[in-house]
Amino acid sequence: MAPPATSKPGRLLIALVVLLVGGIAWAFWPGTDSSVRLGLDLQGGTQVILVPEPVVEGAEITEEQLAQTVEIIRARVDGLGVAEAEVTTQGSGNGAAIVVAVPGVGQDRVVELVQRTALLNFRPVWNILGPQPIEPADVADDAAGDAADATDSADTALTEGDEGSEDSSATDSGAADQGGARSAEIVQADDYTPEFQTQVDALDCLDPVNLAGGSPDNPEQWLGACDQQGFSKYVMEPAFIEGVSVTDANAQLTQQGIGWVVTLEFDSEGAGALADASTRLSALPECGTGATPCNAFAIVLDGVVVSAPRFNEPIIGGQAQIEGDFNAQEARDLANVLKYGALPVTLEVVDITSVSATVGGDQLRAGIIAGIIGLSVVSVYLLLYYRVLGLVAVLSLGVAAGLLYLFVVIFSKTIGLTLTLAGVAGAIVAVGITADSFIVYFERIRDELRDGRSLRQACDSGWVRARRTLLAADFVTLLAAVVLYFLSIGSVRGFAFILGLTTVIDLIIAFWFTHPVVVLLGRMKFMQGGSKWSGLDPERLGAHSALESISGRSRRKRRDDYRSEKAQFGGTADESADDLTEEVRT
Amino acid sequence: MSGLKGFGQRLYRGEVSYDFVGRWKRWYAISAIIVIVSLSALGIRGLNLGIEFRGGADFAIPNATCSVSEARDVAEAETGGQTIVTAASSGTMRVQTIPLTSAESVALSDSLGAACGVPGGEITVQVVGPTWGAEISTKALQGLLIFLALVSIFLAIYFEWRMAVGALVALAHDLVITIGIYAAFGLEVTPATAIGVLTILAYSLYDTVVVYDKVKENTRGIFGQSVMTYDEAANLAVNQTVVRSINTSLTSLLPVLAIIVVGAGLLGAGTLLDLAVALAVGMAVGTYSSLFIATPVLAQLKRRQPEVKALSARVLARRKQALEQAKKAGSSGEGDEPDSSEPDGEETSKASEVSSVGPASPQQLREYARVQSGERKQPKRQTRRKRR
Repeated sequence: MAPPATSKPGRLLIALVVLLVGGIAWAFWPGTDSSVRLGLDLQGGTQVILVPEPVVEGAEITEEQLAQTVEIIRARVDGLGVAEAEVTTQGSGNGAAIVVAVPGVGQDRVVELVQRTALLNFRPVWNILGPQPIEPADVADDAAGDAADATDSADTALTEGDEGSEDSSATDSGAADQGGARSAEIVQADDYTPEFQTQVDALDCLDPVNLAGGSPDNPEQWLGACDQQGFSKYVMEPAFIEGVSVTDANAQLTQQGIGWVVTLEFDSEGAGALADASTRLSALPECGTGATPCNAFAIVLDGVVVSAPRFNEPIIGGQAQIEGDFNAQEARDLANVLKYGALPVTLEVVDITSVSATVGGDQLRAGIIAGIIGLSVVSVYLLLYYRVLGLVAVLSLGVAAGLLYLFVVIFSKTIGLTLTLAGVAGAIVAVGITADSFIVYFERIRDELRDGRSLRQACDSGWVRARRTLLAADFVTLLAAVVLYFLSIGSVRGFAFILGLTTVIDLIIAFWFTHPVVVLLGRMKFMQGGSKWSGLDPERLGAHSALESISGRSRRKRRDDYRSEKAQFGGTADESADDLTEEVRT
Repeated sequence: MSGLKGFGQRLYRGEVSYDFVGRWKRWYAISAIIVIVSLSALGIRGLNLGIEFRGGADFAIPNATCSVSEARDVAEAETGGQTIVTAASSGTMRVQTIPLTSAESVALSDSLGAACGVPGGEITVQVVGPTWGAEISTKALQGLLIFLALVSIFLAIYFEWRMAVGALVALAHDLVITIGIYAAFGLEVTPATAIGVLTILAYSLYDTVVVYDKVKENTRGIFGQSVMTYDEAANLAVNQTVVRSINTSLTSLLPVLAIIVVGAGLLGAGTLLDLAVALAVGMAVGTYSSLFIATPVLAQLKRRQPEVKALSARVLARRKQALEQAKKAGSSGEGDEPDSSEPDGEETSKASEVSSVGPASPQQLREYARVQSGERKQPKRQTRRKRR
């Protein structure tokens, strides 16, 4: 085996210091956010876990679909106006889970917001109206009566969303206090009937709630809905294309290089429907002139009109281009909506956890207290057992704790790591595993001393053996952490991340801190003198009796042996001989 | 402390030696009994699955002023289903109901808050669909299997396949006993428990790897000598790592016990406590199995290997010969012994101390270990002048 490469232990320490200083400088650079992101179980709030399921049974959920679902949910949650709301995915494909974490918001609201499925339809526009509600006094009574009948006949009218405000039962007062999420109001009917017209007239597109979407419409019915900006109200025929027919959509610069267009591609079914619809609609008069029907088709997402372009000409090949006054962002957004809007996923809420801020704070405090107690008890034990070496171990644990905090801050900043209770538990557990590295090393050094090595030799050759054991054992832990991180969902993941992180830190500390410090200590007179406080007193470790039992000779003889050995190896053994002289004297 | 230290020293030198490998029947019997008890506890009582696995709603009411029956009445009146209410010493009351919708859970949380004098918002609520727990477990199980496959490959390459088998047997042993204890005491199984079990798995393997590494070191080049059998070398390795195992178990268990104490005192039941209980049980069992199960299993597998058989035969023959010679030489225990097949001539006089056809004497084992550990025979050090 190669001689231990620890001739310059100072360099390793310097490397660690450089790493630490660099990390600290980067993580705590003034003006940047350098706090640890806490999970909701530690700061209070609501966490909802959703499992996406393909609409078509047996279909596979692609990464793109997942990413777009997250985008849409994030947009909705951001609409709550809560800072630090978080939407993340865990796992992939059909086994994926989407975790929505919102600090301090009532759970019912979050659940309602996220559970909606985004549905995209293309509908011919019948008419475009002003955004304000029209209240024709003379037909109001009729309409009310008809509407009541209509709800019985299943699908004449569908008005969604404001149960929260209408249902005044006592149990819902909590929900109402929190603002009760509502989704946009839409009007649907099988045919263009007077009741439908009345309800559309009553629709208020100046109410922001009605612009937020969240009310998937039935594509086979007529629809009255608002546009995203609240500029107008659309009356639309049943859909001619459903969003799943869109195979691709992209934002592109126009050929002149000024302005943006969105290009669209449809599958064969969509292409056929588009050809028919564009042929019919392009012959009609322009919308807004009062003519019904008129030449425009509406792109409806979740019950809100995202865009309503008109046809310039019949579109035959299944490739279309939407021109308009888009900037780059708008074009990209529209392309995204077209491409991903009709997500073939339904979201199932599988877990709702809502933790009050007080309890969250308590859990964090308990975790920290447990960590401090654990660290102190282990430190006391190590100090009592290993004396000065124990001090090295305690220092190492301290540096490891600091390094863990540093890494958590860095990962909070870069990959959005959140520290959960499971992570805190992982960190506390890691105290033991990290301490084990020192124990393995120290026990090896002691073994070497028992074999009659000098302290300097023992520190080096003990390290060579301990290093191998550490690498093998830590590799197993790291393997467990990595496999769990990539395959598990829920809190197991947070735990696995911290476990892996602490294992890496364990190695860094053992290689760059503990070992160099021990080697440096080994060169000190105090340690070499074999003081009983050093924790490495050869006599207490039994090196003396070991030698005796091996040789079966007298002490004097032993010393002579060492002297001759010294002569043989040119001074190699003189430290040992010094030790022995000391022994004989005492 | 110094007691343990002196003990460690004697263990290392083989003066005190516990027969971990030779008494395998005893350890197996003990483990078999515990495993059978665990399995029957699992079979009879089953696991007390938390709501994450059953589906349901869980309300934790801090500083509740209501009685358990009041809380139960409120919850059962509202949900119309069976409700379990438990009160922890910390004043936190836990109410577990049948699965609820989001809106229902908000309503019940408010009612419970009103009944127990706590604002509804202070109550920690968890609502879990019945499939979620199954999903977590399936995922964890998949991860577990893949991890086990990978780790077996690693162990087989780094050590040998017999060690991989030994490590997996020890691991299975730990998991069964931990799960058995959960079943026997009716402890609630939550996702946090699953995390704990997975940690135990990593910990158990880690522990076994440390012991096996020493076995590997002690048995390097073992077939080139005839002083020590494989069993003895392995047993010496276990003895040499006992002190480390005790220290490591203590330093690992102390923080976990701190979690249990703090968790139980400040929080009542919760993630931390669930996790810590699983860990405390698993770590204790893991330390036991790395010493008493993993190495004996390895030694048993090794005994089937022809080289190991031949080695044992050689060692026995040599000991017999030594005994006869000792008889011939009369009582001159220190007598010179003819050179043996041992590659290292040094310290051969030790062999003459063997006075019976028993296992190698502690000194022999120790000496063997020393010789086997290789590179230190000739200190590769430069002269002092050069070093400075």
